[in-house]
Amino acid sequence: MAITVSRPKLNWRERLYLPAIVAGLAITFKHFKNLLLGRTKVTMQYPEQKWDGNLPDYYRGAPALVRDEDGRVRCVACQLCEFICPPRAIKIIPGEIDSTDRFAKVEKYPEAFDIDMIRCIFCGMCEEVCPEQAIFLRKDYAITGFTRADMVHHKEKLLEIGGVMHGVVLKWNKKK
Amino acid sequence: MTPESFLIITSLLKIVGILFIVILPMVSYAVYAERKVSAAIQDRLGPNRVGPAGLLQPIADMFKLLLKEDFTPRAANTFYYWLAPCLAVMPAIITIAVVPFGSTLFGVPMVIADVNVGILFVFAIASLGVYGIVIGGWASNSKYPFLGGIRSSAQMLSYELSLGLAVIPVFLLVGNLRLTSVVRYQIEHGWFIAPFIGDWTNPWKWLLTIPMIVSFIVFTIAIFAETNRLPFDLPEAEQELAGGYNTEYSSMKFSLYFLGEYAAMITGSAVIVTLFFGGWHLPGIPDGSHGWIFGLINIAVFFAKVAIIIFFFMWVRWTLPRFRYDQLMRLGWLFFFEIALVNIFVVAAIVPFIQ
Repeated sequence: MAITVSRPKLNWRERLYLPAIVAGLAITFKHFKNLLLGRTKVTMQYPEQKWDGNLPDYYRGAPALVRDEDGRVRCVACQLCEFICPPRAIKIIPGEIDSTDRFAKVEKYPEAFDIDMIRCIFCGMCEEVCPEQAIFLRKDYAITGFTRADMVHHKEKLLEIGGVMHGVVLKWNKKK
Repeated sequence: MTPESFLIITSLLKIVGILFIVILPMVSYAVYAERKVSAAIQDRLGPNRVGPAGLLQPIADMFKLLLKEDFTPRAANTFYYWLAPCLAVMPAIITIAVVPFGSTLFGVPMVIADVNVGILFVFAIASLGVYGIVIGGWASNSKYPFLGGIRSSAQMLSYELSLGLAVIPVFLLVGNLRLTSVVRYQIEHGWFIAPFIGDWTNPWKWLLTIPMIVSFIVFTIAIFAETNRLPFDLPEAEQELAGGYNTEYSSMKFSLYFLGEYAAMITGSAVIVTLFFGGWHLPGIPDGSHGWIFGLINIAVFFAKVAIIIFFFMWVRWTLPRFRYDQLMRLGWLFFFEIALVNIFVVAAIVPFIQ
């Protein structure tokens, strides 16, 4: 059914249209003037100014591997994160820890640990699933590269982002 | 040096000077100013990356456009497709030839061609600008440019009329069509936008102000329509027609259209300044015969006035929405045409009491 929308009745002043134009011009000029006088708040100038200091603790940036207080890579190469990862960004090659090593009882370590940052969706499931609390989402968000290969974070890069983590579960400590 | 060779040399110097030192840089920086003004009006900062405060942005844009692929669609009519952008630029640049942009400099009058049909020349050449758009729209052989071209031809036709009628009051007062004599007249009798200045007690001058302002408004609006600026940018209509007549254009051909649009805007502003704002005249500053420094100041005054009008163009663009097509036609034929026509008679009735 067709609906007739009734048009508003305009008085002669509104129909003349010029007062409305002048009012509009006045509004835009006010904005123009305020910006020139520096009274307008404008967008943060991103590469020069950053919001990094104000990121919340739960911010989900790039995933990273951490070391514990003894300098051991916490990851035990259980591959749970590789399994859970929705975009399959993680690739782990597990290796065996030598029996003479101080951490021999841990048995496995990641020989290679690659996260393809083109695929990563920053969902944080790897962090949630990790039984060793070895992988964390950090606050890095500007991940760039010139090639696809550049965008793969290898183990060294992940450890560099991650650093050392204190004060969380350290279940292997008593087995050292 | 014979007078003929002197004339040729000074004319060439004026052409090169006005075109390459003033108009073309002004066009590229008008684009920059447009972006800055729009940004300020919309509470943004605008281009600020290339050079200090983004001042090198036009040069970067130019290099970008030069390096783009110059693509010709297979379905297009190649000859007209290539011709159209040139037709869009040419009239806008030629029109400036008859506009006096200064008094005299070292005794040389600062107008490229002081023809006695000045304003007719402006209208004749400026209306050629529509061919660039219509031919471009047709030659692209694509639906959106075609619609843009059609709109453009209808729009130009309807506004050409009120454009021509709106300036008749000016020439009723001046008595001839030479643009330099329009400026002369305004120096002696006050600018046409405010003819009572300097003759405060004459009630006829005050009465004359009303039709002159009406004439100015109609002329300015018609210039808006002629130069395809918002609120009358229907041939381009980014949102409806995806760029209208220039949809299929790329690289330097596209930038020629861009250049043409802004050059037309500058020429239009120059004509407005000459007709209503006293051209290069500023009260208190003598003309170039009193020393070359005054000649330079006169030129600077003229282009400062042009810059203010251009700012007004931009200000309006970023304030008003686009008219609907039927509104545009209605406005042109039913209002401006009649207003301009009545205005002529009003001024004609006042003129005998002034002289």
